[in-house]
Amino acid sequence: MEKVATRDAYGKTLVELGKTNENIVVLDADLSGSTKTISFKKEFPDRFFNMGIAEQNLIGTAVGFAAAGKIPFASTFAMFATGRAFEIIRNSVCYPKMNVKICATHAGITVGEDGASHQALEDIACMRAIPNMTIINPADSVSTREAVLQAARYQGPVYIRLGRAKVPVIYEPSSLQFEIGKGIQLEEGKDAAVIATGVMVAEALKAREILKEEGIEIKVIDIHTIKPIDEELILKAAQQTGAVVTAEEHNIIGGLGSAVAELLAEHCPTPMKRIGVKDTFGESGSGEELMKKYGLTAQDIVQAVKEVVKMK
Amino acid sequence: MKEKDLERLKKIAAEIRQDIIQSIHKAGSGHPGGSLSAADIVTALYFYKMKVEPENPKWEERDRFILSKGHAAPVLYAALARKGFFPREELFKLRKLNAMLQGHPDMKGTPGVEMSTGSLGQGFSASIGMGLALKLDKRESRIYVLLGDGEMQEGIVWEAGMAAAHYQLDNLTAILDYNGLQIDGKNDDVMRIQPIAQKWESFGWNVLEIDGHCFEEIIEALEQAEKTKGRPTMIIAKTIKGKGVSFMENAPDWHGKAPNDEETQIALRELGGVQG
Repeated sequence: MEKVATRDAYGKTLVELGKTNENIVVLDADLSGSTKTISFKKEFPDRFFNMGIAEQNLIGTAVGFAAAGKIPFASTFAMFATGRAFEIIRNSVCYPKMNVKICATHAGITVGEDGASHQALEDIACMRAIPNMTIINPADSVSTREAVLQAARYQGPVYIRLGRAKVPVIYEPSSLQFEIGKGIQLEEGKDAAVIATGVMVAEALKAREILKEEGIEIKVIDIHTIKPIDEELILKAAQQTGAVVTAEEHNIIGGLGSAVAELLAEHCPTPMKRIGVKDTFGESGSGEELMKKYGLTAQDIVQAVKEVVKMK
Repeated sequence: MKEKDLERLKKIAAEIRQDIIQSIHKAGSGHPGGSLSAADIVTALYFYKMKVEPENPKWEERDRFILSKGHAAPVLYAALARKGFFPREELFKLRKLNAMLQGHPDMKGTPGVEMSTGSLGQGFSASIGMGLALKLDKRESRIYVLLGDGEMQEGIVWEAGMAAAHYQLDNLTAILDYNGLQIDGKNDDVMRIQPIAQKWESFGWNVLEIDGHCFEEIIEALEQAEKTKGRPTMIIAKTIKGKGVSFMENAPDWHGKAPNDEETQIALRELGGVQG
């Protein structure tokens, strides 16, 4: 299967956007080579602003651009975008509902060798707690392109969570039906529903193949938009299967698993298991090794599905 | 500046100060000290220097004012109401449930407010993006941003200050309302900000030092800032916290509390007004 990093798709899509929309401006904090905003810088140097290693002012400046009618895309690593600049996002981006797009790369444990200080595992939780914020965690490069294009058209704050590592391309550009706020059911199944986001969507698809051989059929749903979440699709899947497993490359606290658990607890109590990093920090290692050590593989999903099916 | 302009500005500033006292009194809470210290600066901006159209608040060619020290909202509200952005009655519903005027400026709910502020340093940071955007669009509009001295202690202020100089934002004029006091006492005791002029000079800014209660000096500085090319200007305006009300002047206690009925009467008398 072809593999492309979501950040690469982001860089390319920015250039595409820049050609058609003069109001797009891009800001970075000394990481343009890594976040891939460098592609936009090369095409449109006048509309690219390096703010230096100063993430608070990166976001604050983006707010000023938005107030003057521009559509700013601000990029740095997810750790610094949502952590260091959290309160600027809360008070200056989301409270006044500014049209700021925060596209952060290097989210999650697959950052790898840089270690725990650079592995954002609580960014979704932080962003999810702020009113007016839309959160998108694309599964592959094809859906990343759609997410970025639609974020530019959407009026209001958007957080797009991107990764460093190359990840399998799971969508066909021609057949992808991507809409902010709407999940995508990739596979049908009656025994359990695996609701995944980001890199875990590909793992869920692998898990489906393993389980099929053992006679267990699972639905696979890509929840690319974690907020606002597709309540209808999730509730329907829970009702149809009676067993739910969530999978995310994030702390099990506050992310997709929490969002689904909150929804099901209130509207359709269903046995469920959450796959994610279990409230701990990461460490150095390759992305693949870390996924294994921290329980984020297809095999972990398989195990969770078997357990949750027994709970029915 | 003409004598009659000076008299006009003094009269407006006195009335704005009366509105500050009355609105905070009615609200039962708020920040009189830092609102009064900024009253002359805000008056000079809105009633002499800035191009704005109250009937068309989003006019693209307007100058923009950002109150980065958002807790001084009463001075901004008094100026905007007087200018005609909204009815003066709103001033006396300040901080009340369902009212237009929030405790700190809210750009979505209040015509004329250019940026939602209150968390210190963030308005200043936003002014950098606005300045860059206006330059990108080749607009002549200017951006004025008012900061507090305690606000200088925020890290984002220096991140933004570095960026403004780096990008040669000569359409940006920052004004420091330097009254020397913050919630816990004197800046010098809480966290020294001096030598503040040298700090901004070393960051690449054009720095002017003035008396923030002297209209001739305020306007002269604003005009010099406009003529300065290739770098932003920081006007360090020496002010008196609580200016105009004897018992509030230089009293840290009056940073964030409302005057009672009797104190309000005295304050209004001193400001040449009567309670309405």
